[in-house]
Amino acid sequence: MKITQGKINELLSEPGCEHNHHKHGQKKKSCQQQAQPGAAQGGCAFDGAAIALVPITDAAHLVHGPIACAGNSWGSRGSLSSDSHLYKMGFTTDLNENDIIFGGEKKLYKAILEVQQRYQPAAVFVYSTCVTALIGDDLNAVCEAAAQKTGIPVIPVNSPGFIGSKNLGNRVGGEALLEYVIGSAEPEYTTPYDINLIGEYNIAGELWGVLPLLEKVGIRVLAKITGDAKYNEVRYAHRAKLNVMICSKALINVARKMEECYGIPYIEESFYGVDDINRCLRNIAAKLGDAAMQARVEQLIAEETAALDVALAPYRARLKGKRVVLYTGGVKSWSIISAAKDLGMEVVATSTKKSTEEDKARIKELLGKDGIMLEKGNAQELLRTIAQTNADMLIAGGRNQYTALKARIPFLDINQERHHPYAGYVGMIEMARELDEALYSPVWAQVRKSAPWEEEVN
Amino acid sequence: MATVTFPKKSVAVNPLKQSQPLGAALAFLGLKGVMPLFHGSQGCTAFAKVMLVRHFREAIPLSTTAMTEVSTILGGEDNIEQAILTLMEKSKPEILGLCTTGLTETRGDDMEGILRNIRNRHPELYDLPIVFAATPDFKGALQDGFAAAIESIVKELPQPGEIKLDQINILASSAFTPGDLQEIKEIVSAFGLKPIVVPDLSASLDGHLDDSYSAVTGGGTTLAELRQMGSSVFTLALGESVRAAAESLQKQFGIPYEVFGQLTGLAAVDDFLQGLIDLSGNSVPEKYCHQRRQLQDAMLDTHFYFGRKRVSLALEPDLLWSISWFLRSMGTEIHAAVTTTKSPLLEQLPVESVTVGDLEDFEQLAVGSDLLIANSHAKAIAHRLDTPFYRLGFPIFDRLGNGQRCTVGYRGTTQLLFDLGNLFLEAEEAKKH
Repeated sequence: MKITQGKINELLSEPGCEHNHHKHGQKKKSCQQQAQPGAAQGGCAFDGAAIALVPITDAAHLVHGPIACAGNSWGSRGSLSSDSHLYKMGFTTDLNENDIIFGGEKKLYKAILEVQQRYQPAAVFVYSTCVTALIGDDLNAVCEAAAQKTGIPVIPVNSPGFIGSKNLGNRVGGEALLEYVIGSAEPEYTTPYDINLIGEYNIAGELWGVLPLLEKVGIRVLAKITGDAKYNEVRYAHRAKLNVMICSKALINVARKMEECYGIPYIEESFYGVDDINRCLRNIAAKLGDAAMQARVEQLIAEETAALDVALAPYRARLKGKRVVLYTGGVKSWSIISAAKDLGMEVVATSTKKSTEEDKARIKELLGKDGIMLEKGNAQELLRTIAQTNADMLIAGGRNQYTALKARIPFLDINQERHHPYAGYVGMIEMARELDEALYSPVWAQVRKSAPWEEEVN
Repeated sequence: MATVTFPKKSVAVNPLKQSQPLGAALAFLGLKGVMPLFHGSQGCTAFAKVMLVRHFREAIPLSTTAMTEVSTILGGEDNIEQAILTLMEKSKPEILGLCTTGLTETRGDDMEGILRNIRNRHPELYDLPIVFAATPDFKGALQDGFAAAIESIVKELPQPGEIKLDQINILASSAFTPGDLQEIKEIVSAFGLKPIVVPDLSASLDGHLDDSYSAVTGGGTTLAELRQMGSSVFTLALGESVRAAAESLQKQFGIPYEVFGQLTGLAAVDDFLQGLIDLSGNSVPEKYCHQRRQLQDAMLDTHFYFGRKRVSLALEPDLLWSISWFLRSMGTEIHAAVTTTKSPLLEQLPVESVTVGDLEDFEQLAVGSDLLIANSHAKAIAHRLDTPFYRLGFPIFDRLGNGQRCTVGYRGTTQLLFDLGNLFLEAEEAKKH
């Protein structure tokens, strides 16, 4: 895949993404926002591509660049595997000064061969980085030559960090799948109930709380894109009957283009919160158009929600009325509100920084009239909002963990570094338990207490 | 003694090293009111920040010039300018620590020229010290970037002044944790000396609660202290990698220095304290005489477990040096040594051969050892080799308290003996059953 400015523009103005829908005659530019020097906080396109592809567990992920790109990131992603651990290994060409002067192509070629010989991966994903893009290494040519020599798929991912944000990088990763992987092999058999899950990365093993539900009602997941996926299953993805995008616009280009090329419709769903997981199951069954399955789904929902109500009752009593500030992106900005509401908690403020117009409409509906929508924010802004709203806790990504803790405010991690699975019905119980633990820990009173010989501050 | 080998392979597998800018950022974070700024793409900063946050479990100030494809081709001056002005407005740093990355070093931005231009255009920046370190990702490792930042700090900030007879400079390499520096400061102060520690991580990343939120470091070496370094009577350079910075202070201000490469182990701490006696003219405080006896006692208790054990280490050169010689002093054999970057110390390590390589090399070389010592990335190797594992170096993301851990001085050495000894003991117990 060549990454030209045209390609980047195409990904940035992805028609499936509401960021790009005209509103009041004005084009929303959220996807095209450029990182601001001195203010930007997020990851780069390489980071995004890696987030989207590294969860493919039996592939080797080789980073063509100087040590920073792989050295500062390998092995740290939260996706879990039920089988191969190859994806957890860090492979990099670790370019030195000479490589940069004379070009890194030969080293990359040899590196791919060495990886194949020593680790026998199902495929090698090769990521370009800022430096190798700048010195003009021809990633595609090297990958093609190495694929011929090794006989395994070698996929170029043109993801230099400086082309844009993590979000763009996700889509670049998706493009690589569309161009090189999806549709390159046929499954042994298909059923009328085959679906793909797109944009679910099995963080903290979340998939494992959801897959049993799908299996129970007779839905077969053909390909997981890409949480806990094997390389081969992604190749079969074009034979699914339905694409289900989970909690993320990140790989919308994959869903939309698969609709275009293979006629597979897609729906956008969330696994967080009782209402959302119920709706997700119902929508899948409805789309697959099988009445018996729909009946099974209703029965499952009845059973699960009844059991869940019993399990959640003690937590609901303790969490009721607790005030929460939510700081996260995109779909999670509303799906977590709905999960919190299920538990009787009140979301008093939420971020809408990365949300689309559609997301914002849902947020408004869920938040009620007093809720605050934070358009942008930094740590200071966040602390001010928490103080203003008299909130009891912050739910946010790991990056803000210490913003909250240092201000002696309870915190729950909701983003990709988290260690607890919150998806599905079991995830709700886990989330309730974690929220309860965070809010009711006996440490809060102690860390806020002055020493007996000090004047009371409050 | 040791042969230094560089494996001939084209792919690094499970890298041991981190990049220079990450090291520079860590060094800058030991200054008070600092905002480190990476001149590179936003990912350079994001990755480094995540690593530092995971290791220290602290909020880490770190910012980016957010270079894009276009700004890289046109040159980064506008981005640097905008970043500095934005940070001045939003974060109000007392010091700005600027470093380059692989991207901007490959492009070849003329940093000194750029900074001169920006200063000319913005007289309001007159009072803001900007310390610049060149730290290409494609050379060296964390330890080098850390040392480069310290060298830039001592070249940029200290001013000449009347010599203060009780004031000494302490330059500490990346081998030392905030907890180590706390201990060193206490020891030195106990001799009646006033140390200026660069970087003083013990005041910024030790893990403590402040009263209010700060976008920059709340503690660390102050600008006033940095200015006064030229008046110090002596420089203690802790770790071989900060020798160049100590030399620079000598050249600029005529301050003599001595390098202490090891502050772990009885003889090493003895040497250090003897140096402090000579410097201060004071005798050793009773507290340390007692700690010394405690350490000797601990050596007796633990030596059954250390003798002839074979230990494999994957650490940066300064730390590798210190821990290897400490282990030798307990009768332990160094089975394998892997490190990240070149250093004059490597040839003098008490081991047949030392490999500048990655954790794949380490996994092959470490077969047959009784203990592995490395950063958290080696956990999977320890598991595969079924060998006890002690986490040291950077990053350590699966253990708590990295900010306060101390392995220097008599007290720190004693604790390390117990921690390692317990691992040996546990392994022996496990074999019996």
